[in-house]
Amino acid sequence: MAKRRTIVTDYLARVEGEGAMTVKLDGDTVEHVELRIFEPPRFFEAFLRGRSFMEAPDITARICGICPVAYQTSAVNALESLCGVEVPEPIRMLRRLLYCGEWIESHALHVYMLHAPDFLGYESAIELAQVAPAAVERGLALKRIGNDVMTLVGGREIHPINVRVGGFYRTPSKRELRTLVEPLERAREAALETVRWTAGMEFPERTVECDLVALQWPDEYAIERGRVVSSAGLDLAPAEYEEHFEELHVERSNALQSQLRGGGTYLTGPLARYTLGHDRLSAGAREAAKEAGLGPECRDPFRSIVVRSVELVHACEESLRIIEDYEEPDAPFVPVEPVAGTGYGVSEAPRGLLYHRYRIDADGTILEAKIVPPTSQNQLAIEDDLRDVVARNTKLDDEALRRLCEQTIRNYDPCISCATHFLDLQIER
Amino acid sequence: MSHTVVIGIGNAMRGDDAAGVEVVARLRERVPPDVEVVACDEEPSRLIEAWEGADSVVLVDTVTSGAPPGTLHRFDAGKEPIPARALRSSTHAIGLAETIELARALGRLPQRVVVHGIEGASFEAGAPLTPDVEAAVSRLVDTIEEETCTSAL
Repeated sequence: MAKRRTIVTDYLARVEGEGAMTVKLDGDTVEHVELRIFEPPRFFEAFLRGRSFMEAPDITARICGICPVAYQTSAVNALESLCGVEVPEPIRMLRRLLYCGEWIESHALHVYMLHAPDFLGYESAIELAQVAPAAVERGLALKRIGNDVMTLVGGREIHPINVRVGGFYRTPSKRELRTLVEPLERAREAALETVRWTAGMEFPERTVECDLVALQWPDEYAIERGRVVSSAGLDLAPAEYEEHFEELHVERSNALQSQLRGGGTYLTGPLARYTLGHDRLSAGAREAAKEAGLGPECRDPFRSIVVRSVELVHACEESLRIIEDYEEPDAPFVPVEPVAGTGYGVSEAPRGLLYHRYRIDADGTILEAKIVPPTSQNQLAIEDDLRDVVARNTKLDDEALRRLCEQTIRNYDPCISCATHFLDLQIER
Repeated sequence: MSHTVVIGIGNAMRGDDAAGVEVVARLRERVPPDVEVVACDEEPSRLIEAWEGADSVVLVDTVTSGAPPGTLHRFDAGKEPIPARALRSSTHAIGLAETIELARALGRLPQRVVVHGIEGASFEAGAPLTPDVEAAVSRLVDTIEEETCTSAL
């Protein structure tokens, strides 16, 4: 009889937050694959009820230490559209700049600290730092500049406090923003070097066939706004999102998994953004992608590290462009009067599409909040990929297979929960 | 004069995970002005920046080892790693133990590194500190105040 094997990873290393993975094999047959995740958005949805709509960006920013701007942006997009407010262009561009800072910070962390060791054969960024300190320092320096952008525009790098419904509490002067030019020029060079570095890594050949879903905007690589489009031809306003996507409750975890309504796996994040919008990348990013050998689409999860690197170049160039064109707004925000009803907001978090829906009353009290984070949208796609990777590699021993599974999961940069930071401590004597 | 930084790590929204942040909030009023006190999340580049230029860093974080809630653990990480198997890696991407080793590999670790771990009990979202952890926070604030005031002389 074929040997049964179970591979369990209780805590996934080098993944943001808490998560666990189980793979069950019966001989060469994959019996079961699951990714368990703990998700803070569920708590925050309850916590938001009864609060003022003006508090939504500050509260949701606390869901994630790595992508607070994504949460703030989807929140203000939903509430401003409900209340019939469109922020003036300089305000929108500042939000886009803030968001670029978050992309730089998050992508630099993932590429250098979490993902690169997989491709270079190291257990961790620590080992990488011992043999290639210059590369790790480059990653830290890039991240630092992302932090600096977030601190200047967002007021604070972790859980920025400056974003409000209608704009910002305070907007920076032209002079203040210009202090970011020189660091961002250095960051652009470091990002270009990152593309060359990651493009030289060895990649197993792999293609995912599921639908790709990303935001799109006519003349921009969509980040802080856009319509929801898919490789299968969907083209939706944010308010139509739930007509086409649904969340299923998963028994084994307190998480929800998204799927196309009626069934169907889809993927959001860098591969989807690149494939659906690469022609809108900045000139330098397009050039870097070409040199890195990326074609008009990229459906290889392993090569997501190259796509993130290309997006780093884009985020740096876009930041520089925004600063160059910046005109100080007349006021840091436009007043927003609450309107009873339901508002819908989307934006592109570093790891994928982030959807918010709020129902508020005429006083601005939140009656209901719904948050669909990128990781729960990608979970089915990650599990499908895992199942296939395991099925093709059943000959590997447990340790090698575990490593391959963990790498497969890290390809998606899942933000399983950014909400806790305790050490899991076992003392052996 | 030597430069000391005290860094509290944690998430104020996750029950006992807030212990480190609470320690530095209370210390802020009680340490000499040359002792820098910061709250930080457990993110490697921010931590490394937070102790940049310091001769001595004191780190406070919540731990779960199975010891009774409120137990205080203390590690000296200046010379050697926090016992690798003992401090099982953080649930977070790169935990405190890994960040210390990353900084050591890059030559960016202060000479003196003390890690205080407070044994947590509950990490429920939105919950306050549990009573044992609350008491441990008070004890640790006294200890760190005493040590930083002495070493600053």
